[in-house]
Amino acid sequence: MTERRRHAIDLDDFSATEIEEILETTESMREVLEREIKQVPALRGKTVVNMFFEESTRTRISFELAARALSANVVAFTARGSSVEKGESLVDTVRTLQALGADIIVMRHSQSGAPYLVARHFRGAVINAGDGRHAHPTQALLDLYTMRSRFGQIRDLNVVIVGDMLHSRVARSNLWGLTRLGARVTLCGPPTLIGPAAFWTATWPTVRISYDLDPLLAKADVVMALRLQKERMQSGLLPALREYTRVYGLTAERLARLPGHAIVMHPGPMNEGIEIFPEVATSPAAVIEEQVMNGVAVRMALLYRMAG
Amino acid sequence: MSNEKQILSADEIRRALVRIAHEIDERNGGLRDVVLVGIRSRGVPLAERIAAAIADFEGTRVPVGQLDITLYRDDLKLRGPAARVRKTDLPIDITGKTIVLVDDVLFTGRTVRAALDAIADFGRPARIQLAVLIDRGHRELPIRADFVGKNVPTSLSERVMVRLRETDGIDEVVIQRGGSND
Repeated sequence: MTERRRHAIDLDDFSATEIEEILETTESMREVLEREIKQVPALRGKTVVNMFFEESTRTRISFELAARALSANVVAFTARGSSVEKGESLVDTVRTLQALGADIIVMRHSQSGAPYLVARHFRGAVINAGDGRHAHPTQALLDLYTMRSRFGQIRDLNVVIVGDMLHSRVARSNLWGLTRLGARVTLCGPPTLIGPAAFWTATWPTVRISYDLDPLLAKADVVMALRLQKERMQSGLLPALREYTRVYGLTAERLARLPGHAIVMHPGPMNEGIEIFPEVATSPAAVIEEQVMNGVAVRMALLYRMAG
Repeated sequence: MSNEKQILSADEIRRALVRIAHEIDERNGGLRDVVLVGIRSRGVPLAERIAAAIADFEGTRVPVGQLDITLYRDDLKLRGPAARVRKTDLPIDITGKTIVLVDDVLFTGRTVRAALDAIADFGRPARIQLAVLIDRGHRELPIRADFVGKNVPTSLSERVMVRLRETDGIDEVVIQRGGSND
């Protein structure tokens, strides 16, 4: 068993062993969630504060359900209606939460790196629920768990991640996890949303870059579509949505060219008709709902590991 | 190891389990509604063996489940890195049944306390009984076993190790000086 972890801000400091242990614990947590009484006392008396400075539905609710299933006290903190509106700084907020007895802060923030700042001023544990374009470790863990439960292992899987790599915290955290567990990862998207290949291979030497999706389909085990943020068009990085969809959208025709065992993933929320089509999202190959279900169990496993 | 003393041989373990199987039958006036639940990890093979012994003399197969109590422990903080959590698997609805919890060593009683809490989350059995291969004393809670393979008076500095073919490759119970059961 590896050491108890203090913070979970990105997967960059998770070893393959630790990730495997978390995925194993997730399996047991899924069993808890299948019971009639979906609650165990492991985190009784602990206080988890969900601190969300950015909109989120599934991640926030998922963390809340996970903490409650472990019998923790859960407090939701949202920037709106709080002293943040009066100009309270992030560090002040964290100090206040600490004085109030928080044990774990689960935080989402639009600024990349904000959780590192919080971790420096908080004696308890910090879990990153998404920061800017930097990291989203629990999304990556639930993606890894979903792949592993479908294929038995991650090693040697051909994983194609399609979309806006430059702005995707989901892709970055997945890259850490997937490469550490030995998957073969290809990043695919328009050059303006991927940038130069060296930018990626400097950190993840085994990763491959492709600007063309179609040739990758026949050999893919997993295709993960990222959410395309429409504001990227205004910034001139994308010529037109229809152009993007024509080359990179997961359509029924592209789905038909995947091997029979392949799965389609999406971190949500989806832009249906842009990066993924409804008939693909609801096809048997899609595991998007499974990803959401696994999210609660993965977050339970991580919370337990850090506070249990 | 030189500071190890065997207190039960493979044959003695087998006889103790067969006797416990008979006692479970007698105490409950038959085996209708009896469910054996092994506490992970070594309680599980012990429960399987008791079920096999029952099948031998009664010709009926009692259901066997397995219980992981990690998430119910009250001493997580004392155990360093979070302990590994394994799956709980109860084969049938336990409400109204006679549950026989099976564990290898009864010591402080805290594991059994956690197991009782876990069972309560799955339903309301008619009664819960406890079978252990070794009772080594030093209870910290008002808990006693209904079926005991062997009572072994120990000192707190000793450690009782149950080794089973399924988990350790050999059947024996030994007592070691230094260290204690957790």
